[in-house]
Amino acid sequence: MNALIFTLRDAPPQRLDLAPLTPDRLLGLSESKIAAIELQTTRERLCTGDIFKIRMGDPMQIRFDGGSERFDRAGAGMSKGEVTIDGDVGIQAGRMMQGGKLTISGNAGPWAASCMKGGTLAISGHAGDRIGGPLPGETVGMRGGVVTVCGDAGMRAGDRMRRGMLIIEGKAGAYPGSRMIAGTLIMQGRAGPLPGYLMSRGTIVMVNGSDALSPTFSDSGVYEFVANALIASYVQTYSPKVAMMLRRPWRRLLGDMAVIGKGEIFYPPAAN
Amino acid sequence: MSQLTVNGVRVDDTFAEAFGMRATALTITAHNGAWARQAAFTMTGFATSVIGCGCEAGIDRALDPDETPDGRPGIRVLIFAVSTSELQKQLQNRVSQCVLTSPGSACYAALEAEDKLKLGNALRFFGDGWQLSKRLGDKHFWRVPVMDGEFVCDALTGLSKTAVGGGNIIVMGATPETTLAATELAVRAIAAMPDVIMPFPGGIARSGSKVGSKYKGVMASTNDAYCPTLRGSGKSALDSDIASVLEIVIDGLTSPAVAAAMRAGVHAILELGPERGALRIGAGNYGGKLGPHHYHLRDLLP
Repeated sequence: MNALIFTLRDAPPQRLDLAPLTPDRLLGLSESKIAAIELQTTRERLCTGDIFKIRMGDPMQIRFDGGSERFDRAGAGMSKGEVTIDGDVGIQAGRMMQGGKLTISGNAGPWAASCMKGGTLAISGHAGDRIGGPLPGETVGMRGGVVTVCGDAGMRAGDRMRRGMLIIEGKAGAYPGSRMIAGTLIMQGRAGPLPGYLMSRGTIVMVNGSDALSPTFSDSGVYEFVANALIASYVQTYSPKVAMMLRRPWRRLLGDMAVIGKGEIFYPPAAN
Repeated sequence: MSQLTVNGVRVDDTFAEAFGMRATALTITAHNGAWARQAAFTMTGFATSVIGCGCEAGIDRALDPDETPDGRPGIRVLIFAVSTSELQKQLQNRVSQCVLTSPGSACYAALEAEDKLKLGNALRFFGDGWQLSKRLGDKHFWRVPVMDGEFVCDALTGLSKTAVGGGNIIVMGATPETTLAATELAVRAIAAMPDVIMPFPGGIARSGSKVGSKYKGVMASTNDAYCPTLRGSGKSALDSDIASVLEIVIDGLTSPAVAAAMRAGVHAILELGPERGALRIGAGNYGGKLGPHHYHLRDLLP
């Protein structure tokens, strides 16, 4: 069966909440019911049919032809199936996602994968600030699943992350892995200053170092870790080029000593 | 006992009687194959029989680096016990004393099953608070700091409740040399089979046992009917041309694996023939009433 396709008619006149357009929520709905789903975020009512041309197909495979920086909460809360967006998305893409696969071919706004619990999110472009992080008032960020960003990420990537795998193939902004509780954050490009700020546990891998390290991390030497080989074989399917980087000796920095100091940063051996 | 003759070797028309057991499998890796094998040897030492060792354990096969979770050379070992609680105890003691202690080692689950045994979840406390948990997808590992780096271990391993212990072949020959030659050949053939181990020294038991004893409190005693030096005592099962008897005991993760291993062993012995090898082969049983798994030698012939 072919995918269910939403083709963008024109640039949206307001920010949209795309959370209702997931496999979980569209399963069993007719075209007219789907067309009547409201997506507005202002007082102006906007339905799916107003924004998109709908070509019915398997709701377990949803495709958006065309994206917009105004597409908020795309794939939010989904637990199964696949959602593919050919274009950009706005804030909170894949927030609270529990399973399935969300693919974004363009850029994503802030809070992508926010509090994600499971599944996979792949962003071909750049990601905004606080990818995986919690919204104000929430105590735990990403707690499962795998996120891959081919481009750069904004500041505080993986904020308060508890579990799961966050891979950034490009550069990351300031404070990556801030307040991490556990989990794994891998950055291939150079990271902004103060990685792992106030992290308690968890693993941060910085293939190309960072602009500034916090003085509250202490050096424990250069080693080849068996655990990194396990991480490498796990990330092989998500990011082969990152997987290739992991199987080598790393300098291990322990911290953040400003809190309990049981986190670790794997840093290039030669870099300072 | 009725017999068939295949390639000059007499085959008793009897069967091996085996029992249901609990089992698990582990992959042990290290910097190189030699140290992986050392850890596996140590862990599976003193594990010949549940009668006195608590478990039966052995090496299934060597693993190439591309077959192990961490890409290093490894060894797959199998461990069998009569109950889940005894298996858990043996697993914990043996991995903590023999694998955790071995240089560069790591230990992974090598059996997928719905039921689980604790592996790293029991050993992590050695880390005294410095142990690290790492979840990767549906896998959960523990990293325990040790003096040469880190001991990495799966949190859980699979538990099989359908494993089989006690498949066997009794090899009878004219001299100790020819009997041993035939048995060694069979051991090599069985070692190549998957999911089975031969827990006795070098895969061979020379002191096959019967159940019970004339002495109170002794669970097992010498299998006098198969002791050549007792031939003539009236109870012997041996012919006048037999002067040496050896036994191969086989434990397997599944009943078909045990049957396939026995078949490989029987074929090897029969192919060697009576001149350089065994004159007769048989199998041990208890009349068929104790163990649910019966492997008839006539079903295993070429």
